Amino acid sequence: MELLAYAAFFLTIALTYAVICLGLNVQWGQTGLFNVGIAGFVGLGAYVSAALTTPDAAERIGGFDLHIALGWLAAMAAGAALALAVGLLTLRMRSDYLAITTFGIAVALQLVFQNTESLTGGAFGMAFIPRPFSGLQSEPFAFNVLNLALTALVVLVLYVLLEHLLRSPWGRALRAVREDEVAAQALGKNPVLLRIQAFALGGAIMALAGAVQAHFIGFIAPANYLPMMTFQVWAMLIVGGSGNNRGAILGAVLVWAIWALSGALISEIFPADQQARAASLQIVIIGVMLCAILLWRPQGILPEVRSVSRHLGHRNKDT
Amino acid sequence: MNPQAIIDGLIAGSTIGLGAIGLTLTYSILRFANFTHGDFLAWGAYLTLTVAGVLGGLAAGLGAPVYPFSFGWGLPLAVLGGVALTVALTLGLDRILFRKLRARGADTIIIVMASFGASMALRSLLEFIFTAKPVYFTNALQIAKPLGLGMRATPDQLMVIGLTALMVLGLHLLVTHSATGRAMRAVSENPGLAGVYGVDVAKVVRVTWIIGAGMACIAGVMAGLLVQIRPYMGFDLLLPLFAAAILGGIGSIPGAMLGGLIIGLSEAFAVQIIGAEWRAAISFVILVIVLMLRPQGLFGRKEA
Repeated sequence: MELLAYAAFFLTIALTYAVICLGLNVQWGQTGLFNVGIAGFVGLGAYVSAALTTPDAAERIGGFDLHIALGWLAAMAAGAALALAVGLLTLRMRSDYLAITTFGIAVALQLVFQNTESLTGGAFGMAFIPRPFSGLQSEPFAFNVLNLALTALVVLVLYVLLEHLLRSPWGRALRAVREDEVAAQALGKNPVLLRIQAFALGGAIMALAGAVQAHFIGFIAPANYLPMMTFQVWAMLIVGGSGNNRGAILGAVLVWAIWALSGALISEIFPADQQARAASLQIVIIGVMLCAILLWRPQGILPEVRSVSRHLGHRNKDT
Repeated sequence: MNPQAIIDGLIAGSTIGLGAIGLTLTYSILRFANFTHGDFLAWGAYLTLTVAGVLGGLAAGLGAPVYPFSFGWGLPLAVLGGVALTVALTLGLDRILFRKLRARGADTIIIVMASFGASMALRSLLEFIFTAKPVYFTNALQIAKPLGLGMRATPDQLMVIGLTALMVLGLHLLVTHSATGRAMRAVSENPGLAGVYGVDVAKVVRVTWIIGAGMACIAGVMAGLLVQIRPYMGFDLLLPLFAAAILGGIGSIPGAMLGGLIIGLSEAFAVQIIGAEWRAAISFVILVIVLMLRPQGLFGRKEA
């Protein structure tokens, strides 16, 4: 029973990563936008939702005690707004300026989380974030399973929505811009506008993931949103298969499992005083894995399924 | 306002500028934003430290400080070894990763992503080998000497500023007046055409990595000498490096140096005005302003 409760807990966290991956898949997989500030978007969602839904606290502004669903919506709005601003600033320029700017966004937001104590609680973070089904916390199994079901529902809804959207004319235009910008432009599509839309949609989904994660765990701190997270999510999408929504979900669960297992292994093998040091090996493994996949199987485990329209069925890249 | 901020800014700016030179060169010649560059600084510092340790073991006298500096003859010697090892590291990384991706004709952004992955792996490897605990080149204490106008600097700091000026001047002359420099500019302009005209593109790529790695190693040693050596030192410098390279204009060596000095000075003044905890945000603010007002940078040419 305890093991099952842990499995449910593990899967819930993995699925929140799957949500981030789905957001990244809109930006990178479908549109070819390289976001190096994923942790910033996720953290923004978490903090916005937490500020709105936590009970009133004396030491900081915020704490409006609103419903969780409102927090989620506000997080998405904030993520979309931030992505929109970044998009307007950089998406007209060469592609790696976006990478550098999003990297800067994550650094700057990390500082805001750390330093504006009156808003974010500073380095100690925010606690008492309301958790869904909190009435059941005394029964870990039921609590974890219900939360798993809720998170799975979020993933499912997003998956269906995105699959639909990406097979729509809009999704086709996105891929057209990714593949050949000039040709798309010649056909009357506006590449900059399409990119900004896709970037904002992806940003909103990432922020939603941050809110879902924050409410499930009930506590957030700046240290949760380090560049490490950005890196993990990238590894997940690339391993799973960029451009493929099922690949994004599979990659998230798989890489999270590798991460959790290697973490457990390290705490078994290494003595307590060496564990922080050995934990850095985990990152080396993921980094090498990312580079190896880029070199030898850039399409990932589940390659992108080439489709023109959902009315025409699937066609594969190589046939 | 405390005039000391000018000295502090110039010192920090020297390190940032030297680091940004390598970044701007790889950016304009290899055509990708190299996220591993910050980690070359950190690796350079650690490799130099290791060489210095070995040298100190061979001849104990090398470690004794030479007046007026805080370090002995061992350190400049170790820098030579550190530079060689850092160059070997970057050439090795190019061989097993970047060159393969280039040969496959991979998208720029895939190479950027690979550099991002490699950066995480390299940094964590440093942390695994040397632990996260900061280390120092020397334990000697130095008294800052007054320079007038209320400014003070240690001999080490003045040496860093002077050495930076010399290296930038030398490098600038190399790129503007030598055949190698001409070949580098040709490749940055148009690699295909340069190849057709008989420029050895592979050699230019090699020279670019060598210069970039050498500058990165020296910048890392300077940062390590003046502050401390940590596995994350390069990562923390990455945003200032990018901001300096873009502010100066991609591909411009004087631009990268000037950009570095501007970033360093702005950081030093910001620390006095709004507080040290916001220091890291300064480069981001400058980056955003440059992208809004003059995306080609100070010395860059307009491009699509």
